[in-house]
Amino acid sequence: MTSKLYKYASPATFYPLAGWMIPWFAVLAAVTIVGSLYWGFFETPDTLGGSNPQKEYYRIIFVHVAAAWMSMWLYVVMAGWAAIGLIFNTRLSFMMTAAIAPTGAIFTFIALWTGAFWGRPSWGTWWDWDPRLTSELILLFLYIGYMALHGAIDDARRADRAGALLVIVGLVTVPIIFWSINCPDPNQCAALHQRSSLGNIEPNILGAMLGLTFGFWMYSFATAFSRIRTIIISRERDAEWVRQALETKR
Amino acid sequence: MFRTFRVIVGRDLTLALRRRTDVLTTLFFFIIVVSLFPLGVGTEKETLRQLGPGVVWVAALLASMLALERLFEGDFRDGALEQMLLTPQPLAMLVLGKVCAHWLLTGLPLVLIAPLVGLQYHLADESLLVMMLSLLVGTPVLSLIGAIGAALTLGLRGGGVLLSLLVLPLYIPVLVYGAGAVAASAVDMAHVQPFFSLLGAFLLLALVFSPLAAAAALRISVE
Repeated sequence: MTSKLYKYASPATFYPLAGWMIPWFAVLAAVTIVGSLYWGFFETPDTLGGSNPQKEYYRIIFVHVAAAWMSMWLYVVMAGWAAIGLIFNTRLSFMMTAAIAPTGAIFTFIALWTGAFWGRPSWGTWWDWDPRLTSELILLFLYIGYMALHGAIDDARRADRAGALLVIVGLVTVPIIFWSINCPDPNQCAALHQRSSLGNIEPNILGAMLGLTFGFWMYSFATAFSRIRTIIISRERDAEWVRQALETKR
Repeated sequence: MFRTFRVIVGRDLTLALRRRTDVLTTLFFFIIVVSLFPLGVGTEKETLRQLGPGVVWVAALLASMLALERLFEGDFRDGALEQMLLTPQPLAMLVLGKVCAHWLLTGLPLVLIAPLVGLQYHLADESLLVMMLSLLVGTPVLSLIGAIGAALTLGLRGGGVLLSLLVLPLYIPVLVYGAGAVAASAVDMAHVQPFFSLLGAFLLLALVFSPLAAAAALRISVE
């Protein structure tokens, strides 16, 4: 079993596998995203919260929270592949790190952007220097820093390894984002991000949120795989199998 | 092992003192940036007192970041760095020595001059003291974190701008708590302690991990 899996650590064998998987993930992503958005927009309560409820505009939570979760999770996944690459010296792991980075950066940006659009109607501000907002912004800088470093180094091996090390160093921010709530008790103060637990959320809202997260996750698979195929082709362009693969396509 | 550390520190200090302008440029960059702000935002005493801690800390951040480029660059150019990689001594120790010397040359002068520039911002006496202490604990963290970035961007074109992109996000916690300590001291000296506990924790963590990470980064960059 394991030896069969290890086979796919080689770019030449992973390339067709990724190509085969992309449409599945893409369809799954499209279906779950559209489905959960419908669920979130039409099958959930009109207001959110207790004493001072939020009206229809709270529905941006589905995109906002799902994108924020994905932004952190994708960074952890990147760091995991970076670590595997540095330890086992596998080229494909580094390619995976490079392929995930843009998707993670986009989700971080979406989380910040939808947060601004949510903050404007409900708290009357586009931006606040709330700890979680600030640390999410730092995460965006880290994604961009990784991509800039990776792009600035011409030698592929050095770019991979230097980028991997940077990603692992930047991992310290993820727990900070996760626990960055300056208001442990929502009755005491009115911070933008307050402590909550998944059990307290209305089941329909939670369902739509989790559904959209799953959809975003599948979308990440699809984009990362299609990006890694491009990376593999450009890195291995002198290899015999690439020429054959491209010939048969034609 | 500590002998290597001493030798590296001594060597880097000697080299730097033979070219004193390098040390002075960082220092004067810091002073100029700090002096620019009152000219830009106005010279009202209250405004300046509020801006002071943040401005001095941001200027310290930029100054120590600009100085980072020279941390490994000279040794990389003349090949001394490759020889260091080949020595049997632990590379992390050599890196720690280089960072230490670098801090003595670029960080310590900032700490010593800080009360003077603080006076430009009409900070109170105890705030000046807190600012000096917070810089004393905080700037070594900047040098240590920066060493990782400097090692990663070694010898790249446009390395300076890239370095700032990599290193500045990681500097933010130090900035928040360093400037926070000074701002808190203006309200009540009793509120200052938690800030120093956190800065001290950053320093300890950076002292342990960043030489290792910077050593790994050097091996990646030079191989």
